[in-house]
Amino acid sequence: MTVPTSWYLVLSAILFSIGVGAFLFKRNIISIFMSIELMLNAVNLTFVAFSHQWHQVSGQLFVFFVMVVAAAESAVGLAIIIAVFRARNTLNVDQVDLMKL
Amino acid sequence: MYFVLFFIFAGLCVAGALNLLLQRHPINSALSLIVVMTSLAVLYLLLGAEFLAAAQVIVYSGAIMVLFTFVIMLLNAGEEERTLGASQMAYLVGVPGIAALLGLLTYVFLSETTALGGSRLGDSIVTTSDLSRVLFRDLLLPFEVTSVLILIAILGAVALARKEPAPALVSVKPPIGAAMAQGAAAMHAAPVLAQKESQV
Repeated sequence: MTVPTSWYLVLSAILFSIGVGAFLFKRNIISIFMSIELMLNAVNLTFVAFSHQWHQVSGQLFVFFVMVVAAAESAVGLAIIIAVFRARNTLNVDQVDLMKL
Repeated sequence: MYFVLFFIFAGLCVAGALNLLLQRHPINSALSLIVVMTSLAVLYLLLGAEFLAAAQVIVYSGAIMVLFTFVIMLLNAGEEERTLGASQMAYLVGVPGIAALLGLLTYVFLSETTALGGSRLGDSIVTTSDLSRVLFRDLLLPFEVTSVLILIAILGAVALARKEPAPALVSVKPPIGAAMAQGAAAMHAAPVLAQKESQV
């Protein structure tokens, strides 16, 4: 019983679309940040599926680098969120619409 | 068997992602994102990427999501309020846009089903030694650059999240006498506080 590779790709498209939706509709800045992580994960699934399809190791190494960058990004992003919360006392993005802290 | 496993964990992924979208409280969203990431690790195992499955559990559901839940609890984030100030456009453009994106991607992927082939249990597994051979030979420079990136990220996170020294404590320091110091602290603190109030 084989599962077509395209089903994995469709699954990752569904996850990516849900991530885009959460990015647009969520109002909490932490939830928006989590939806970015969801989109990164969806793209990672595509990389792994294609890596399995073409028997190429480099696809999995791309995922490895994406994980490293995501870890760095989430550390800096959460620090920025903490700084914004200290300055504004809110997590609602509708009230954080000035670039000045 | 492979079929059943794929459907169970793909269903868990989609259910977790939808739960992330629908929950109002950020901690619920974070926990459902952990479900998504862990079931993605199982899907990686099904695709023969054993190192990535372990790294997914350790890095994503272990480190990154713990950081998220830590920040949510630190900031005491409550339920989000649905303000519709500037975000009406997001609903108007977003829903058709997302539907179009999903439809287009699904159509393209499903029309290529026969050309792409499939995967089943007992396919080739990419071992860690295969991965490391490519990583440390061909991709050594990017690997070293990521270490610099992580160093910069650590410094940036520390610099951004650092608490600024409280103004009252600075002016208390000279040991002139308790009353004098308190008066000076009040005098120093008042304009600073007023300034902060006006900024907020």
